[in-house]
Amino acid sequence: MDSSFFFGVSTVAYILAMMAYITYIAFKNLNIGRAATAFTITGFLLQSIGILSRWKEFYDLSGMGWLRSAPLTNLYESLIFFVWCLILTYLVVEFKYKNRSFGAFVTPVAGLALAFIDLSGMSKEIQPLVPALQSNWLLVHVMMSFIAYAMFALSFSTALMYLITTTHKKTEGSYIFWTVMLGVFAAVLAAMGLDFLKFKLVAATPEALIKSYLFKATFSNASPLISVLSYMAALGLVFAVWNYGSILKKLIGAFGISDKTLDEITYKSIAIGFPIFTLGGLIFGAIWADQAWGVYWSWDPKETWSLITWFVYAFFLHARTLRGWRGHKAAVVAVIGFVAVIFTYLGVNLLLSGLHAYGSQ
Amino acid sequence: MEKLKEKTPIDRIWDFFASVKLAIVIFALIGLTSIVGTVVEQQVTEAKNIEVISKIFGSSAAPAIYNALDALGFMDMYRSWWFTTLLGLFAANLLICSIDRFPAIWRLVRTPIKPLEKEHIKGMSIKREFVLKGSPDKLKAAAEAAMKAAGFRPSESKEAGEVQLYSEKGRMSRLGIYVTHFSILIILIGAIIGVFLGFKGGLNLPEGSSYSVAFARTGPATNEAVREREIIISATESAGGSVAAAAESLGVGEDRLRARMKELGMEPLDFIIRCDDFEVEFYDKSDMPKSYTSLLTVMDGGREVLKKWITVNDPLKYKGFTFYQSSYGLMPDKADVRFILRLTSPSGQSETLRVRQGEKFLIPGTKLEVTAADFSPALSFDEAGRPFTYNEMMNNPAVHLDITSAGAEEVHKWVLKRYPDTGTLASGHFIQLLDIWGGQYTGLQVRRDPGVWVVYLGCLLMSIGLYVVFFLSHRRIWISLHGAKGSVTVTLGASANKNREALERKATKIESLLREGGK
Ligand code: HEM
Repeated sequence: MDSSFFFGVSTVAYILAMMAYITYIAFKNLNIGRAATAFTITGFLLQSIGILSRWKEFYDLSGMGWLRSAPLTNLYESLIFFVWCLILTYLVVEFKYKNRSFGAFVTPVAGLALAFIDLSGMSKEIQPLVPALQSNWLLVHVMMSFIAYAMFALSFSTALMYLITTTHKKTEGSYIFWTVMLGVFAAVLAAMGLDFLKFKLVAATPEALIKSYLFKATFSNASPLISVLSYMAALGLVFAVWNYGSILKKLIGAFGISDKTLDEITYKSIAIGFPIFTLGGLIFGAIWADQAWGVYWSWDPKETWSLITWFVYAFFLHARTLRGWRGHKAAVVAVIGFVAVIFTYLGVNLLLSGLHAYGSQ
Repeated sequence: MEKLKEKTPIDRIWDFFASVKLAIVIFALIGLTSIVGTVVEQQVTEAKNIEVISKIFGSSAAPAIYNALDALGFMDMYRSWWFTTLLGLFAANLLICSIDRFPAIWRLVRTPIKPLEKEHIKGMSIKREFVLKGSPDKLKAAAEAAMKAAGFRPSESKEAGEVQLYSEKGRMSRLGIYVTHFSILIILIGAIIGVFLGFKGGLNLPEGSSYSVAFARTGPATNEAVREREIIISATESAGGSVAAAAESLGVGEDRLRARMKELGMEPLDFIIRCDDFEVEFYDKSDMPKSYTSLLTVMDGGREVLKKWITVNDPLKYKGFTFYQSSYGLMPDKADVRFILRLTSPSGQSETLRVRQGEKFLIPGTKLEVTAADFSPALSFDEAGRPFTYNEMMNNPAVHLDITSAGAEEVHKWVLKRYPDTGTLASGHFIQLLDIWGGQYTGLQVRRDPGVWVVYLGCLLMSIGLYVVFFLSHRRIWISLHGAKGSVTVTLGASANKNREALERKATKIESLLREGGK
């Protein structure tokens, strides 16, 4: 049994957990709720075993010591670790706040992310490390960054839920913000899906697909007609989300999580994520760069985006502490912060080039 | 009553820099301009960025957009005057804002907790009030025990008919924010020290060669400059790296020589660094590098003082300089290489040979004469089986042997380091290529940065500061016991600047302990 077997089974467990959480919200049956938690924990344990066994596989292959064989070196492995952190964080929240409703939101993210990792044909090969990555700092740097990303992901989802459940008028700024945000997000995902369908045979790897063929099927199609139509379709999608946003509101309202709890989780997860990100992401990253290249800070795109992310969250904390921003305004900043995180993590690798390992070679 | 004072211009400037609004504007400006700086590549050719911009805005608009961005300094923005100014404003804002607020916090930190009026206690964000039966003394002891159980060490004050117990924890944690902000300033100071007093450059050091200087990224490239550099390099080298001795031999003052070296884009090391060997290893038979290592020797005052194999994550440090393994390459002039070969006879005896290019050697016990005629840094074969060099790096080195024996036809043979089988001769001998030495240089990044420790100190302070800010809090608690025997009113009040819920739980714990203990 290799690591991908465990990842496969944990995907199934998360999807079962998702169904159980949704049923639990619908019928409020405590036993179903317990089953949902049990599925999540099972999935989490299986995924942990998967990560450990991949660690072992890597160790056997590379012969480079435990610390340098951490399975955190490419997109595939880092996404898996991200999901693991997210589930761990969720479980802590579930036990602390004694509220299961949130699981209906997190387990599908975990299950779908794992399924996506599997389906996209992302390279699962264990790749040996290039010399620059052979550092013990890599482990702490990447691991802490992802723990922080998981905290930020949590704050993003609570902030978004907060916005969805507390905006009432279609003309309200915050309502427009979240509907346009979700609409654009859906349009980008759909466009990427079309790229995938059209070019997956041409591109060698998913990374190459995104790098060379991004939006070639839609917005930047060779034919101006298709390009214009794509923009119109995207606008239509954004409009649809804006127009029918209240359906989503009812749906998430059914989770029965109070606004105050959402606001509090948003703040708390940022308050934990921020120092971890500062230490692991920025400081340890700088130490590692200093060891490997002799510059602790070189303004390469990855570093700069980490700094931008850091500024957004520093902004959030100051606005909250000093200006008393709560509710909508704070939630909007938290959402923007996570957009910066996604860009730091994926956008820089896939869209911009840099010194860093992921996808840059 | 507060007196309304006329604000002087200095007050206004002060207020401007002390405002949090300014901080928010600066955060946004640094963030937004940095985004542009990650999209256009920094310090690259014009053509490259026009291509990048074309991809976003189309090729017709690209040159105009490029020119506009270029005029604004975005092509090297992190060094531009306005970005530096933004960072300066940011630092000034942070400093003045901290100074502005410091007195209030300092007063808070210096003054320990005092007993409060009962009305005040009732006004706390966490409050409980209940009546217990029992003697005041017994209840006081119970309250003391309950506070201790919750981790507080109570002080006591007595007034007519009232006993008050009060305690606080983590008062100093209020300084965490200042430590955090201060650490940012320290990091900026460290960075400035590095920029003004440090050196960042490189050195391509051929195997077997030594240098006593490192080179800055830029420097004059005229013929005279090149010649002058050579004169200075050879003078410092023959002086064993010592600039003072070199200056004497050239007949100029030492300071003058140092200044001239700076102008010429050179950094004197004051010692000699030599590369004895460079090796690159690959994973199996692929071209994916596994490690780059160089054996470096430092010579100071005519003696070897340090010898170390450096790798990518493990540099050599000496006298403030750090030498990092950063690249490698083939010497453009490949005249003086040596092939290190291992010759194994059919009976299993083996010996190691070092032969120069073009040098002949005899295989013992035979009439075979071998010449190491040529080499390729990365040999491959095309479909027709013809050899060609696919890469100018030493990825897959091979040596070309001409083998002659009296009367027989000359045999030509490529022996590849990565494929030892290629070295089998018809006579049953076996020649293995161990290394090609002297054909490569190791690319070192050379840095001297006296500010780096200041930066690290700042990082350490920031970690401590953030820990204090987010994981500690200032908690205060008061319990007033009021009343006579039989019926004592207990008033509990508590406040925390962070994580109120944790203190709320403690208050609940104290209450229940007190209710039990008073019985
Ligand atoms: C990126 C740089 C900065 C970082 C990382 C940072 C960090 C922090 C943190 C972590 C807090 C505590 C927030 C909380 O309690 O949740 C804080 C508070 C604060 N910051 Fe900053 N800060 C930065 C820049 C600035 C600047 C430029 C100013 C100047 C106006 C400033 C002024 C303040 C003030 C006045 C407080 C509140 C202090 C108090 O509660 O007494 N900060 N900062």
